[in-house]
Amino acid sequence: MVILGRYLLALSVLIFFVFPIYWLFAISFKTPEEIFHFPPVWYPQKIQFANYWVLFKDGDATSVWNSFILAGSSTIIAMILGTICAYSLVRFKTGGENFAVWIISQRLMPPIAIIFPIFLLYVFFGWVDSYGGLILLYTAFNLPYVIWMMRGYIEDIPIELEESALVDGCSRWAVLWKVVFPMARAGLFATAVFTFVFAWNEFIFALVLSRTEVTTYTVQVTHYFGGQSNFWAKIAAMSVLGTVPVFITVATLQRFLVRGISMGAVKG
Amino acid sequence: MAQSFASVSSAVRRSPQMPDHNFRYWIIAPSVFLLLLIGLFPLIYAFVVSFQQITMTDYDTSFAGLVNYQALFSDQRLWESILHTIVITVIALPVELILGLALAYLFLEKMYGKQIFISLIVLPTVISPIVSGATWRLLFDQRYGPINQVLSWIAGREVVMLWTIEPILVYPAILICEIWQWTPFMFLILLAALSSVDKSLTEAAELDGAGFWRIFLKIELPAIWPVMAIAILIRGVDLFRIFDMVWALTGGGPGTYTETISIYTYVQGFRQFETSYTAAIAFLIVALMSFVVTWAIRRMGLAK
Repeated sequence: MVILGRYLLALSVLIFFVFPIYWLFAISFKTPEEIFHFPPVWYPQKIQFANYWVLFKDGDATSVWNSFILAGSSTIIAMILGTICAYSLVRFKTGGENFAVWIISQRLMPPIAIIFPIFLLYVFFGWVDSYGGLILLYTAFNLPYVIWMMRGYIEDIPIELEESALVDGCSRWAVLWKVVFPMARAGLFATAVFTFVFAWNEFIFALVLSRTEVTTYTVQVTHYFGGQSNFWAKIAAMSVLGTVPVFITVATLQRFLVRGISMGAVKG
Repeated sequence: MAQSFASVSSAVRRSPQMPDHNFRYWIIAPSVFLLLLIGLFPLIYAFVVSFQQITMTDYDTSFAGLVNYQALFSDQRLWESILHTIVITVIALPVELILGLALAYLFLEKMYGKQIFISLIVLPTVISPIVSGATWRLLFDQRYGPINQVLSWIAGREVVMLWTIEPILVYPAILICEIWQWTPFMFLILLAALSSVDKSLTEAAELDGAGFWRIFLKIELPAIWPVMAIAILIRGVDLFRIFDMVWALTGGGPGTYTETISIYTYVQGFRQFETSYTAAIAFLIVALMSFVVTWAIRRMGLAK
């Protein structure tokens, strides 16, 4: 009985957490008649892609591509810069504990407090609504996370390997490239995926610093909110386009999920 | 022979400093530059601007003293937005923590299909808050949303609740969405922490006749506290700066009824273009957050 009760409880918990996602996906496949039907239709009669097709036809789907470019480029840059910085923190104790705390505290700053001066700076340099401007901002914004996480992963690498590479005549850069990066590749991969997801899901920077050229999918979703609710199909379809890649990438790193979201507090 | 060996080994020992002794600084330079540009520059700039009187129509950069800071104190809308943010935080954070803990216990023991359950329950946490806000907006719709439909079944008559419009209902709506999205975060972290508690300790306590609560308070809670503290810190900070989800769900409305501190700052800066005043608000937030976060990081032992 107890076991049955546990399964029933687990099942109802599952329904609570998964149903909203199901509903979002269901709406994206429904026809307008099904979406605006009273009482609500619980599943689409026929899977049809008209709602998605409209997004591609109108060019709105470009925003997903923009999100990909911004998140992808900033992730690559942040991973390279952040990893070498973390290496210096771990192996040379550069800046000591205070420097490390300063770095992580950057991560905890409210974006709204820094975005306003940054907006003024970007207006001055003409960087508003440019890929470069947002990539720079996402890179800087994700750097503390990368440094903090890679610090943990690099600490796990035995120092003897690096020492013997140095004895063999490798330069410092060669040690980084040939020993540290390959040894930390699992951590690099996991951190990169999380960094990518953070940038991909980001909203407030994109809202402030994009106009028409580099609209991301999160900003595009909010464009459909209006007085009339005619755009439900677009909201749902655009949200699904932005959510499926996240589900896929996160599914690839189940093993690192807890360590990634707890900022390294739990080592899996 | 002995001497040459000694010189080789001393060369090896010196190698971290020689021949590229600035290496350690070269590799942190780009990161530090970017962090100063994005992290420190805006603060200094905001600080300067907050003593001027720049608005949309008037580019007045003369020193105005503490005018903007004085205005903060009499700005009722600002303090209301801070109150809204605190209300959301102090309700959502404990609920997420307790629900997450309860779920962690539910899935702690072996059960069939456990991994599949966990993988699916975790999904809300990785969704963009904008998407989750939009999703719940569709769910909460008074006519075409499924929530009122289910409530109608339970009540046995047609229920029309204006979730995102009615002042009494908007906070429950925001909190439900918030709790839905972030309880899995707490759950996942606490499950991992609980799984790593030494089983021999809890089993020994059980043999000695200790009940569930006693074991939890005396053995498990102290063991998982360091991890739990960080989860609370991360969520607490995120809740205090909440923007996206509320923006998508209610837009701060009805009126300014659900305006959080982040939304209010956004409106002042990018709708009203009160440049100098916004800078003062931004500086207030940063000063407040720096203080709390630095204290919490040291207090909770996040820094190793």
